[in-house]
Amino acid sequence: VNSNTSKTFNILWLQSGGCGGCSMSVLNAESPDLYSSLAINNINLLWHPSLSEASSEEFLALIAAIENGDTELDALCLEGSVMQGPNGTGRFHVLGGSGRPMMEVIESLSKKARYTVAIGSCAAFGGITMSGSNPGDACGLQYDGHQAGGLLGEDWLSPGKLPVINIAGCPTHPNWVINTLAQLAMSDLARENLDSLKRPRSYTDHLVHHGCPRNEYYEYKASAVEHSDIGCMMENLGCLGTQARADCNTVLWNGDGSCLRGGYACINCTAPEFEEPGHSFTETPKIAGIPVGLPTDMPKAWFIALASLSKAATPKRLKVNAVSDHVRIAPGSNVIIDADKETEPS
Amino acid sequence: MSNQPSTRKILGPFNRIEGDLEVQVEVEQGTIIKAWVNSPLFRGFEQMLHGKVPQDALVYTPRICGICSVAQSIAAAQALAATQGLTPCSNGSLASNLILATENLADHLSHFYLFFMPDFARDTYKNKPWFNDISTRFKAQTGTAAKQVLPARAAFLHLTGLLAGKWPHSLALQPGGTTRPIQAQEKIQILTTLGVFRTFLQDVVFGGELEQVIALSNEDELQVWAQKHAAADFSKFLMLADDLALGQLGGASDNFMSYGAYQNADNDHLFKAGIWQQQYQALNPDHIKEDITHSWLNAQSEAKHPYQGSTIIDAEQSNGYSWCKAPRLNEQIIEVGAIARQMIDGHPLIRHLVASNNNGGANVRNRVVARLLELALVVPAMEDWARQLKPKEAFCLPSNMPDEGQGAGLVEAARGSLGHWLRVKNGRILNYQIIAPTTWNFSPRDTNDNPGALELALQGTHVGEDENASVIIQHIIRSFDPCMVCTVH
Repeated sequence: VNSNTSKTFNILWLQSGGCGGCSMSVLNAESPDLYSSLAINNINLLWHPSLSEASSEEFLALIAAIENGDTELDALCLEGSVMQGPNGTGRFHVLGGSGRPMMEVIESLSKKARYTVAIGSCAAFGGITMSGSNPGDACGLQYDGHQAGGLLGEDWLSPGKLPVINIAGCPTHPNWVINTLAQLAMSDLARENLDSLKRPRSYTDHLVHHGCPRNEYYEYKASAVEHSDIGCMMENLGCLGTQARADCNTVLWNGDGSCLRGGYACINCTAPEFEEPGHSFTETPKIAGIPVGLPTDMPKAWFIALASLSKAATPKRLKVNAVSDHVRIAPGSNVIIDADKETEPS
Repeated sequence: MSNQPSTRKILGPFNRIEGDLEVQVEVEQGTIIKAWVNSPLFRGFEQMLHGKVPQDALVYTPRICGICSVAQSIAAAQALAATQGLTPCSNGSLASNLILATENLADHLSHFYLFFMPDFARDTYKNKPWFNDISTRFKAQTGTAAKQVLPARAAFLHLTGLLAGKWPHSLALQPGGTTRPIQAQEKIQILTTLGVFRTFLQDVVFGGELEQVIALSNEDELQVWAQKHAAADFSKFLMLADDLALGQLGGASDNFMSYGAYQNADNDHLFKAGIWQQQYQALNPDHIKEDITHSWLNAQSEAKHPYQGSTIIDAEQSNGYSWCKAPRLNEQIIEVGAIARQMIDGHPLIRHLVASNNNGGANVRNRVVARLLELALVVPAMEDWARQLKPKEAFCLPSNMPDEGQGAGLVEAARGSLGHWLRVKNGRILNYQIIAPTTWNFSPRDTNDNPGALELALQGTHVGEDENASVIIQHIIRSFDPCMVCTVH
């Protein structure tokens, strides 16, 4: 446990309109494990739905103690979206045993907590729970998709003078959560450390593309066509890694993983309204054969010119390997190792 | 009977389960005479999916649940494959099973150590001779077990990083197989990770070889194991289960169902499909119907098979007390989960424990034993599957969705049978209905007023008048390993 003099930072973790997957993800923390990380950073879990002993009346008593000021709350963490329906009643999630819509409990506690933290994209923006017709009338704490507002309103600030801190992601990454909470505990997180969507810049100043092991295929626009091909997934398979804000391919998931390393598209899950891309997730929408969503900070004409040029210069090795599920031509060679198996692409 | 009136009490929220739960009980002379189980969260995935491109179900459905995410993915992938008439390739099936088994076993581990056992470290039990030992080991957040289990669980889940990119919420699981081709050196990495997990289970959970645990076949052998390996966590549980008579707590209908677990490319299962009502019978999923008499739902006058089912909310429905539907098989209440799988597959130990006169049936103890037994049973199977992977052969077959059709995906999640029923029209999802394991176990009453499995399990439970009451109820609730976010979805 940290020997510095800072006092314990009390957090309360609630779940509402979500899947619980962000909690499961946070439990994947490693080197050290979650409990050690929290202890080292002086963070005390007042209560967590999956981890705490207190249940039922003991828990409701804790909520009451926070509301009447007997227990000090440093951070309220909400996982899952706010369920406002049906008809604004919040009845789609009434906190078990309390008769109170969760919506009301969240709003009440957010006035007491020094900081309010949205754990994952549902709590931040509404997320997956807003998909389709948004049957639950779900929203985020301070956003309704792209639109600022949500449950608490655009201009809301916590007693600690910060907006809701959106640790977006579906799920969020254990390091994003632990780092952000630890920074808050050290009073080391200021408004300028959050991006325009109030996500911690510590992970959103990066692109998912950074560290993608398929980078060489991207450079030459050597593209995968089918699931399990090892080429770049941007041109055909819907990958948004060049636009998505997160450090997924440098922080990595469950050991050495990430979506792209797992062979499937980045769906930009740290962004508002990722759940409704307007096209099938794993097919790249195109106009006249050119993908619609190109990197945002590069002139389109330049991108297309460079892409045509690099496509023309693509080594045979990358052209062949991109549409295979394993390396068929090794670096420094032009020879297909298992040429008898399939016909070569032209 | 006494003249004391019965009292009604609303209990909740229950934590150390997945999601939110409320239970109402009517107590007379310290005994629960009736219980009503309420799943208090509704999100509406079935409505969200309406009109979507069918393949996009692979993005939405895993996000129903963060703890059964892979099971949801595989049910969706199988429903899509069935609609196409597609059978995944051998590598794809093996990899899917490895990913599903990783999730299921990690869930069994989380359930035992993080959700279930901490209740025995409560002060309620402070006068028990075993209290110091158990509370040191299993106290929520601070127990010594968590320090070993969290790293072991996280390291085991590296299998999902390798085979599926990440956990939860992967898009690696496709109708034709998996998107992540495994190379020769990665096969070694999988086997090494499995070896490390095996060692953890043998050293910490069981105190002996998995093969010896698998070979246990009756109550006496179980008792001998507990005495011989007293330091192991499995034995600690068996000891306190005896002391607290957990074998006499929380019995339900003892009608079991399993869709069959870990299907291979030849359509066989590691644990076979079927139902159990006093004896093994074949399962016909056409006989599944969902009743909404006591749900806050509308627009369905009679119980319907999920292909014909709908999910339309009506918060004012006067007989409603839950967002959950009441699924029934041939109008029977069904219990699903590890104990159902092992009863149906015929594991001798589980068959023997359930048949016992004294501690028989599905009960708090036997449900937990079945779950731990599966940790031992599945790891060697995973080792086999990993060895069978053939690098440089296909992991995923191309898939082509027809514009019209229907298909079902029936899988076994950690907590039991999970079904997805998909109908496609004009290239879009016309209807998508889901029945999750806890929809079965925690269902409300049906039109015949028959209670669901938990409602039945709580009925007749002696809770007394003291603070102990809610702890006993909690043991029963958690023995099902409920997943409430799946239940209503």
